[in-house]
Order: sequence, then C-alpha cells, then structure tokens
Amino acid sequence: MNAHASLLPKLIAVAIIACVPLSGESFYIEIVGKVLVMAIFAMSLDLLVGFTGLVSFGHAAYFGIAAYAVALLSPQYDAASLWVVLPASIALSALAAFVVGLFVLRTKGIYFIMVTLAFAQMAYFIFHDTPLGGGSDGMYLDNKPSAAIFGWEPFELTNEVHLFYFILAMMVLVYLFLARLLQSPFGRVLVGIKSNEHRMQSLGYFTFRYKLGAFTLAGALGGLAGFLYAVLFGFVTPELLSWHESGNVLLMVILGGMGNLAGAVAGAFAFEAMREIFADITKYWQLLMGGVIVAVVLFLPGGLAGVPGRIKRALQGGEAK
Amino acid sequence: MDFASFLIQTLNSLQYGLLLFLVASGLTLVFGIMGIINLAHGSFYMVGAYLAFVLSSATGSLVMAIVLGIPLALVFGAILEWALFSHLYKRDHLEQVLLTYGLILIFEQLRSLLVGDDVHGVAIPAFLDASIQLTEVMSYPVYRLAISAVCVALAVALYYVIQRTRLGMMIRAGNDDRSMVESLGINIDMIYRVVFALGVALAALAGMLAAPISSVFPNMGSHVLIISFVIVVIGGIGSVWGALVAALIVGFADTFGKVLIPELSGIVVYVVMAVVLLWRPEGILKKG
Repeated sequence: MNAHASLLPKLIAVAIIACVPLSGESFYIEIVGKVLVMAIFAMSLDLLVGFTGLVSFGHAAYFGIAAYAVALLSPQYDAASLWVVLPASIALSALAAFVVGLFVLRTKGIYFIMVTLAFAQMAYFIFHDTPLGGGSDGMYLDNKPSAAIFGWEPFELTNEVHLFYFILAMMVLVYLFLARLLQSPFGRVLVGIKSNEHRMQSLGYFTFRYKLGAFTLAGALGGLAGFLYAVLFGFVTPELLSWHESGNVLLMVILGGMGNLAGAVAGAFAFEAMREIFADITKYWQLLMGGVIVAVVLFLPGGLAGVPGRIKRALQGGEAK
Repeated sequence: MDFASFLIQTLNSLQYGLLLFLVASGLTLVFGIMGIINLAHGSFYMVGAYLAFVLSSATGSLVMAIVLGIPLALVFGAILEWALFSHLYKRDHLEQVLLTYGLILIFEQLRSLLVGDDVHGVAIPAFLDASIQLTEVMSYPVYRLAISAVCVALAVALYYVIQRTRLGMMIRAGNDDRSMVESLGINIDMIYRVVFALGVALAALAGMLAAPISSVFPNMGSHVLIISFVIVVIGGIGSVWGALVAALIVGFADTFGKVLIPELSGIVVYVVMAVVLLWRPEGILKKG
C-alpha cells in the first residue's frame, strides 16, 4: 500500500471538514458531525466485510447497544463522567459482539449473513418490547457526559463545536488505528482469511480466534460510533438497532468500495449527502435512493472507489471492466 | 391455561406457521436453486396484501381479488426476474443484499405513492365470516381455519409438483447442480423464472390471505421477511420440507411465547434459532 502517496488528499479532506464549525451554522455542524459518526460506523463494518470477508448484516446492534448504554448509564439530573461511560459503553458493545461472535462465526456464507441479522433483531426486540430503555419510544439522554478530570474540564460536549471536534478527532483516531492494525500481523491474518481461510488454517492459524477478535473489535468500534451518536442527538430509539440501519451502513461500505478505509468514510459522506439532497428534492426520496442503489449494483461493481480506475482504463482505451 | 384456550392457541400457531410457510417456501427455493438472497421477498407479501385491499375494494370480494391477484403476482415475478434478478446469479451475496434492499425502498415508496400510508382493513368473505363456539365465552373464527386449510392444500400441491412432476424433477436437479442440468439440455433460465414467479405468487398469496386478519399497513413486509429468513435458516437453505417444519416451530414458539412470556415474546423465535444452529449449523434438514 502506498499510504504516503495518498496522504495529502486525506489531510486536505480532514482540514476542510475541520473548517465546518467556522460557518457557525448549527445545522451544518450537526449534519457533518453525524456523517463523521457514520464514517466511524462504516469503517468498523469495513473491518469485517472488506478486510476479513465476513458480511455482517446485523452491525447496527452494536451501534445501538452502546447508544443505549450511554442513555442508561447517565443519571437523570446529573452528567456522567465521559471517562467512565465512554469505555463502559464500548465495552458493552464489545462484550455483546464477543458473545454473538461465538455463535455466528460457526456459520458461513448466506447463513452468516442471516444469523448476524437474526441476532441483531433479537437485540432490537429487547429494546423495543421491554421497558428497559423506554420501549418503542426510546429514551432521552438528558445530560451529555462531562469530560471533567478532577475538576478540570478540557472540553465540553454540551458545546456543539467542542463536540464536533471531539467526533472528528475520534474518527481520525479510528482511521489511524485501523490502518495501523491492518499492517500488523493480526491484520495480515484477517486479509489472509478473506482470500482463503483454508490456506490460513493449514498454515497453522486458529482462524476462529482471529475472526472472533475482528468481530469483537468491529463491535467495539461500532459501539464508539453509537456512543457518539447518542451524545450528538441526545436521544436513542430502538430504530438505531433495526435492520434498516444495518443495511444503510453496509451500503456506505459498498458505495465506498469494500476493503478501503478512506472509501468507507467517503461512502458515509456520499450516502448521507444523497439522503439529504434527495429528501430536499422530493418527499419520495426513498424512490431515488432505491434507484441509485439498484443502479450502483448493476452498473458499478466496486463502488465509488472503483470509479477513478474505470475512468483511467477507459481513457487508456481498454475495456472498462 | 385451560384446554379451550390451549386449543385456540394451537390453532393460531398452526395458522400462523402455515402462512409463514407460504412466504418461506418461495424464499428457500430462490436461495437453494438460484443462490440468491432476496431481501425484497417480504415486499411481495406486502404487495399481495395491498393487491387484496385494492382489488377487493374494486370487485367487492376477497375471493375475486385472490383470483385476479395471483396471475398478476406471477407476471410481476416473471418480469422482475427477467429485468433484475437474472443479472444477480453470478454476483456475490453482498451485491444481492444491496440490490434487493434498494428494491424494498422502491416498493415501499411506490406503495406510499399509489395507495398512501393509511392502515386499511379488508373484509372477510361473507361465507367464511363466522365463528365456531368452543365454550360459553370462547369461539374460533372460521376464516382462520380456512387459511390453514388453503395452506395445507398448497403444501400438498407443492409436494406433488416438486416430487412427482417433470418440472419438479428439473427444479430439484437445478437445486443440486446447475451446470449438470444445463449440460443435459434443460433450459435452466426458464426454470429459474418459473421458480421465482412461483415464489412471488406464494408470498403474495400469503399477504392476501393475511390481509383481513392483520389489516394492510406500511412496512408490513419487513417483519415477515425477517421471520421468513429465520425459518429458512432453521429449516436449512433450499429445503422446502425443512421450511415447513421450521415454519411450524416458529409459529408455535411465537404464538405461545406471546401468551406465556409476553414481554420477551419478540426474542423467543431468535432464541429458538440460536439453539437450532448450535445443534445443527446447517439447519434441521439439509438442502435437497
């Protein structure tokens, strides 16, 4: 991977995003903040789908579990400490992913897709049908966590600009962490599992452990995204865990081209931008969205990330396939 | 639980399970034979229910609506297969998931455009609009019994077609080995189209039959879709008989779950699935 060659465009992109709060418009700050949260979510799923070859169709569960965890762990009239609820929420999502992973990783292919979906539905119904998290109405996060350490508060999550930069920093950290991880022996094994699991097994790797590790880590990072989402919007509903969300995030990963971290971020941006633009044009935006999805699958295998390569090949006069 | 309510719940379980079998049988055949994950299968159920609503409002009879609706569903299925699904056979599962997910959005939005977002009721046909008195206070609607009877008849018919006819033989062969069937000179593309259209019609019929009980409402396909997935997984992908057994298991688990542990009823079915998969990771009956 020529990580250094493509470093500059990424830095420029981050710098542009970092300028958003200068607009002073709450609307843009919140929307771009949401996109950044979704970008973290998409990268966490890409670790499974794009790098390990595990197509999880229930990733929203881990997003939602952490989101509910913040809301449930925060006292009603007081702010919880960020340094407690953040790790606790992530740990809960990671734990859920670990337990589910023990089951679902026994299956493969279509079964894996459907079993991950079924476990996510289980989580959905736990929040939807029981009074634990306010049932189908969901619940409010009345007080955003406080970042105070022994009375010193480096930043305030109640301040929308501070929160925006906190989310942006998290996204960059997750990107760097995953990029580094994929260069490590652990990441190499994951990529090896994707291309040929039997080969990795015959090389002596216990692939199940690696897959479980990846599944748990993806759950934890999905949890981080869910945590940030709950803090950003201040309320959680069971719909965060619904299979539509799992579908949307899969779509972001595909749009960006699987197995490409920057692509996952771009996919999240493209997806949310499409949603906003279509919703602006017509209230029947789902029709356009559905049409775009169908068209991307039929005509653009490889997602948006494959587009530059296609253009290049087309210009060189070769077959654009 | 006394005997009368036990009987009622048992009949409800059978009726629900059999109805789900109609949806799941098409799904499992499309999975098994064409290797396609079709998330839009729940939309066919929704389309059926709305067809029942629209056609029965127009003709004044649910029976007429079903008679008219089934050919429409068959044609709809054949066109979809020709226009979209036939391009998906060699793609990977992920792309199938995506395309069919996009289709759900399109179908739901079209439904909203054409019929609106209100909940509508559908009248039970007059000759079935009665109840059988079980005790002084409890009775059982004849319409639900009729649904079960129709489903049983269809299951028998499906068994006959798949096990005893030439078409069924080709379907089973296609399920096992596509290229071998092709090399024997059988037009596998036509078999695919027939199976797909049949699956669409079965799901739509389930929606039509269910319409008077559940009413028709937006997103009604999505719950049925997920439950049907569970059934296909429990039964074993590609196995119609596995789907029947699994549909009945799910019907009983869901119905009795709602009665015995109402708060956790939503997850009972998924717990059953997890247990079955631990016991047999490939489902109760393997493909075949």
